[in-house]
Amino acid sequence: MANDLFNSFMRGPDENGRFGDFGGRFVSETLMPLILDLEAEYEKAKTDASFWAEMDDLWANYVGRPSPLYHAERLTEHLGGAKIYMKRDELNHTGAHKINNVLGQIILARRMGKTRIIAETGAGQHGVATATVCAKFGLKCIVYMGAHDVERQAPNVFRMRLLGATVIPVTSGRGTLKDAMNDALRDWVTNVRDTFYCIGTVAGPHPYPAMVRDFQSIIGKEAKEQMMKAEGRLPDTIIAAIGGGSNAMGLFFPFLDDESVRIIGVEAGGKGVNEKMEHCASLTGGRPGVLHGNRTYLLQDDDGQILEGFSISAGLDYPGIGPEHAWLHDVGRAEYVSITDKEALEAFQLCCELEGIIPALEPSHALAHVMKIAPTLPKDHLICMNMCGRGDKDIFTVAKHLGFDMKI
Amino acid sequence: MTRIDAKFAKLKAEGRKGFVAYVMGGDPDYETSLEIVKGLPAAGVDVIELGMPFTDPMADGPTIQLAGQRALAQGQTLEKTLQMVRELRKDDNETPVVMMGYYNPIYSRGVDKFLVDAKEAGVDGLIVVDLPPEEDGELCIPAQKMGLNFIRLATPTTDDKRLPKVLTNTSGFVYYVSITGITGAANAVAGDVGPEVAQIKAKTDLPVIVGFGIKTPEAAQTIASVADGAVVGSAIVERIAKGESVADILAFVKSLADGAHRA
Ligand SMILES: Cc1ncc(COP(=O)(O)O)c(C=O)c1O
Repeated sequence: MANDLFNSFMRGPDENGRFGDFGGRFVSETLMPLILDLEAEYEKAKTDASFWAEMDDLWANYVGRPSPLYHAERLTEHLGGAKIYMKRDELNHTGAHKINNVLGQIILARRMGKTRIIAETGAGQHGVATATVCAKFGLKCIVYMGAHDVERQAPNVFRMRLLGATVIPVTSGRGTLKDAMNDALRDWVTNVRDTFYCIGTVAGPHPYPAMVRDFQSIIGKEAKEQMMKAEGRLPDTIIAAIGGGSNAMGLFFPFLDDESVRIIGVEAGGKGVNEKMEHCASLTGGRPGVLHGNRTYLLQDDDGQILEGFSISAGLDYPGIGPEHAWLHDVGRAEYVSITDKEALEAFQLCCELEGIIPALEPSHALAHVMKIAPTLPKDHLICMNMCGRGDKDIFTVAKHLGFDMKI
Repeated sequence: MTRIDAKFAKLKAEGRKGFVAYVMGGDPDYETSLEIVKGLPAAGVDVIELGMPFTDPMADGPTIQLAGQRALAQGQTLEKTLQMVRELRKDDNETPVVMMGYYNPIYSRGVDKFLVDAKEAGVDGLIVVDLPPEEDGELCIPAQKMGLNFIRLATPTTDDKRLPKVLTNTSGFVYYVSITGITGAANAVAGDVGPEVAQIKAKTDLPVIVGFGIKTPEAAQTIASVADGAVVGSAIVERIAKGESVADILAFVKSLADGAHRA
């Protein structure tokens, strides 16, 4: 498969920004010239050695890449099956994978002469990463965040403010990531001349899904090399949590044409994938539709109205999923499963106790699925999960669920 | 020839400017909304723009966002919005109706089924905000084949290079969005709008109607005077939000229509 270009899973999107039937450019006319401009600039940057030299320098010296590939020995022992590795992107500056992508987009924004950066954020990790890089480059930064998320991710709100960003709580809808993205798009159509919209995941109109994937692919590229070095071969299974799908796409992409590698994306199952839609599992519980500039699987009612998802994890609380995942799902190259809040919390605790790593609630979902399958697999089966964020931001939420009083 | 084409041909023959009114289907509830819609032609409205509510209206300001939420909370569906057109058509076979909204509810219903239903209900044209020319294959082309007009938005960011692309496959009229921004936000400025409209008119024979940021009869008059007509939406919807009587709302609409017609 790897040598046959025509059967490659790595060629997308096409010139219309489509992955199969998914993706595209479903935006208002006002934004159309802007995303065409961005696409042209990105195409130029992609083949420009000086662009990547700047990225590499900042990845190494500002973010701290490469992130380690860590053998989780006690967890492996505890589960008694497959050998578990963690790709430690939680060790990045700002505590998650989000900054990989932000650096790329901000360097691009600077090349385009944009002076005002806007972003949407759910868990606040993308907002913090954007605020951080804007502070570093002296750019104005405005972050849209659902009012509900402002409340449940308070430490990140304060972090963004310390970094000089303006955080705008969004009260429309249920006040989560979807609504933040709506308001960011509304800001962008209003401030077209000086503003760059830094999207935090592999969603939105073309070229965002492809561009964000490319920036995040450093995760999978490193993991592949590191696994070859550690084990002399590729992993058998790679697993990542999915909100919009950027950490997952980043890990998956370099492995898409490695036929032997099983790829599993883990969606947020909330209270369980049921008719009441108290979850965010777009692929497991949704159907194709158009939102935020692309066609993908969405949680929606019979009339095409978008439903509010539900998850303990603000970073996964999104009713859609990146279009490339929708395509990988339909062509069967990747599998998608869901994990409930309860299972994620158990994985969170186990990881703290056995590995001395406090994971974010998002990768706790991926870890929970590792806990499910590892015991059923042989000891020489290699699993690589993406530990894409650390849990400092989540300790208040977790304390509440565990009935622990945080007042000192 | 759709009712839209006929209406603008008539306006042109009479040397008059057009007035387009936007209301959200089902706002504040189905019955009241239908009563308002049925009253629009007598208030001087030349084209009715009927909003199809959507949970995530990316291009709309708070006024129209809330209108959509009110309608959805009262159980408005795409089917009910089509039903409003069927009801209107019982007594009015002349006033053009353009349905305006976002793609997903249409896509969810199925494009072919929607087009058949819309045509049968008496809809004349569609404005779908999140379908730029790049996505013409989705709905624009199939709609034209069904004999429905597909009305495109041209905006201040649509430059000379892009304008021909925007005008291709546009029919009925061109909707010039007078500001960069969302509905109900800044005020349209005739001095900015005039030259832009002239530029578009140099490239098409279609009427050019201006909308976004027109809130008063005076503004409707000034803007209409530099174009073929004006659209008012948020200012009407705001009165619906305040719970004004249907008579008061229609009186306000009439004052706007009179403004545009004075141009
Ligand atoms: C640590 C972490 N993981 C995952 C996500 C979900 O995003 P994505 O699916 O794009 O990686 C977030 C989003 O905020 C996050 O903070």
